[in-house]
Amino acid sequence: MHSRDELRQRAEKVREKKATLGPDIDLGQFDDAPVPHEYLADEELCQLPEEEQERLIMAGLDVTEKGRGGTFFQKDTTVIHCDTRQEGVEVLPIRKALEEHDWINEYYWKLVSVDTDKYTAAAELGLHDGYVIRALPGSKSIYPVQACLYVDKDGLQQNVHNIIIAEEDSELHVITGCSTSPHTKSGVHVGVSEFYVKKNAKLSFTMIHNWAEDMLVRPRSVGRVEEGGLFLNNYICMKPVKSLQMYPTTHLVGKDAVARFYTIIVGAPGSEYDVGGRIFLKERGDRAEIVARTISNGARIIARGHLIGEVPEVKAHLECRGLLLNGGVIHAVPELEGRVDGVEMSHEAAVGKIAQEEIQYLMSRGLSEDEATSTIVRGFLSVDIPGLPPQLKAEIDRAIEASDKDVM
Amino acid sequence: MLQIEDLRVKLGEKIILEHIDMEIGQGETHVLFGPNGSGKTSLLMTIMGYPQYKVVRGRILFKGEDITELPMDERAQMGIGMSYQRPPTINGLKTYQMVEICAREEVDVKDLASRVNFQDFLERDINAGFSGGEIKRSELLQLMAQNPDLMLFDEPESGVDLENIALVGRTIASLLQRDNDHAVKGQKSKMQLKLERTKMGLIITHTGHILDYVTADKGQVLYDGRLSCISNPREILSCIGKDGYEECVRCIAGTS
Repeated sequence: MHSRDELRQRAEKVREKKATLGPDIDLGQFDDAPVPHEYLADEELCQLPEEEQERLIMAGLDVTEKGRGGTFFQKDTTVIHCDTRQEGVEVLPIRKALEEHDWINEYYWKLVSVDTDKYTAAAELGLHDGYVIRALPGSKSIYPVQACLYVDKDGLQQNVHNIIIAEEDSELHVITGCSTSPHTKSGVHVGVSEFYVKKNAKLSFTMIHNWAEDMLVRPRSVGRVEEGGLFLNNYICMKPVKSLQMYPTTHLVGKDAVARFYTIIVGAPGSEYDVGGRIFLKERGDRAEIVARTISNGARIIARGHLIGEVPEVKAHLECRGLLLNGGVIHAVPELEGRVDGVEMSHEAAVGKIAQEEIQYLMSRGLSEDEATSTIVRGFLSVDIPGLPPQLKAEIDRAIEASDKDVM
Repeated sequence: MLQIEDLRVKLGEKIILEHIDMEIGQGETHVLFGPNGSGKTSLLMTIMGYPQYKVVRGRILFKGEDITELPMDERAQMGIGMSYQRPPTINGLKTYQMVEICAREEVDVKDLASRVNFQDFLERDINAGFSGGEIKRSELLQLMAQNPDLMLFDEPESGVDLENIALVGRTIASLLQRDNDHAVKGQKSKMQLKLERTKMGLIITHTGHILDYVTADKGQVLYDGRLSCISNPREILSCIGKDGYEECVRCIAGTS
C-alpha cells in the first residue's frame, strides 16, 4: 500500500518550490480552510438559484442531469453531489476512495509526482477532495459523466485531485467544468488529474473553464495510454482568468495508442495564459496530435506544444494557430523532438490577424463587416474533433457561441 | 440596369481603369475579353465594391441608384453577386454554411448542391483544397443561393476539365435565364422569355468556351485599362483569334 506519510514527506520538501513555468503565486494569501456545504439531493440540485445554474451550464454541468451518465459536484472544499446513473461507471469522491478502496493506491500520485512543485505539494498536504471516475472493463458509456469544481468562497485556495480510469475495452466520456459563483472574484484552483486509458479503451475528457477575472489556476495533469487506447483531451477557456498555467503530459506506452489534445482559448484583456500539451510516443504505431486555437483580445497567451517520438513508426502533428483580434500577445512555442530515425513528425504554427481578403469575400455575399468577422472567428474556433460524441461537440459549440459577444 | 460612366479607377497609386463606359440593360449578358493584366478582374472588383479599387472619377449606377460609394455588403444586398476565380479559404466555415449565408434565408442546400454535383463537399471548409473545377462549382452554388440580379463571372471556365465545362456552362446559362429549360418547360415563346428576362451578367473569358453554352448579347474588349470594340461576342472572338489584341490597340487609338 502506498504510504500517505511518505507522500506527505515528499510534499513537505517542496512546499515553497516554484513552478518552472508561469508567474509564481503566493499561496499564503489565500485561505484553504475547509468550507462546509450541505449535500444536495437530485431535486435540490435543480433548485439552485438560476444565476448559479447558468454559470454551471456554461461549464458543462446540467443540474437536471438529463443525458448525463453521472454527476460529481464539488463546491469549494466539499462534495455536494455525487452519483452514477449508468451501469459500468463509478463516480466517487477521492477522499472516500482513499478511505475505502485499496485499489486507488495503484493510481494515486502514480503519474503526477507529488514533489513537482508547490502546487502538487498543496494538493497533497491540503487535499480537499476531487473525483474518481472509472469505467469498468468492457463498459461502453453512452452519456458523459459530468464533473464540476465550483469556487463560491472569495479568496479560497481549492485543492483537488482527480483520477479517471478507463479500464480495458471500455469507453468513457467525461465533461468537466470549473467555475466560480457570480460574486466570487479571486481565488486559487489547484487541480491534479491523472488519466489511465487501458488496453483498447477510449476516453474523451472535455474541460470547460469558466473562471473569474482574478482567479489563479494551476492544473497538473498526466495521462497514460496503453496499447490500442485512445485519449481525447479537449480544453476550452473562453472567460477571463488572472493567470492560468498548465502543461498536461501524456505517455503513450502501448503500441497503436493515440492521444489528441485540442485547446481553444479566447484570451480576455489582462488575462495571462501559459498552456500547452506534451505527448511522448513510446511504442510503434503510436499517434499524437496537438491542436491549439487561441484568440487574444488583449491577453498574453503562450501556447506550447511538445511531441517526443522515442521509437520509429510513430506519427505526430502539432498545429498552433493564433488570432490577434484586439492587441495582446500570442507566443506559439511548437517543439518536435524525434529521438530515433523513422519518426514522422510535423507542425504548423501561424499567428496573425484576420485576413482582409476573407472578410471581403463574405461581405460580397451580403454580410456586414462585423458579421463577416464573427463568422470567421467562429470558424477559427470550430475545430473538428474526431471521435467526440455529438453531444459533447454541441457542448463545445455552445461555449463558443456564448462567448461570441465577448470575443467581438 | 448597370451603368458605368467615365470611370477612372486607381489601385494604390496606379491608374488601372480609364474612361470606362458600360451599360448592361435588364436581361442582358455581356462578355469581357482582354489579355492578361488588362484590368478585367479589376473592373469586376470595382463593380462589386472592393475598397482597394478607388473610383477617382465617374460613377456606377445600379437599378438607377448611384452605388459608387456603397460598401460591398450593401451592393450584394441590392443584387450584385460575383463568381471568383481564386476565392480565399475560410477555415472552419463549412461549405453548406457559406451557402446558407448567401441565401440569407432557409434554403435546401443539398438540393441546390445536387444541381452542380457538389453534395460531397458541403461538410468541407469552404475552398479548402478545392481544385479549379471544384472552386467554380462552389462559386456557382453560392450564386444560386444568393440569386443576385447582376452576376459577375471571373473566368468561369478556367481550370475546369472537359467533363465539367458543360455543367458549369449550363449552370451559368440557367442562372442568367438563358437555358433551354426555361423555354421547354414554359408555355411562352422564346421571344417572350427573352423579353421577360431580368438577370444581368458580365462574364470574363479568355477562351470564349463559355459561349458554347451561354448566349451573350454583347462583347467588349478591355485593353490596358480601356474598353474598346462593343460588338457581337462571336465576332470579337474570331477577330482576336485571327489578329490578336493588336487590332484592339488600333481601335482604342482611333477613339481617343
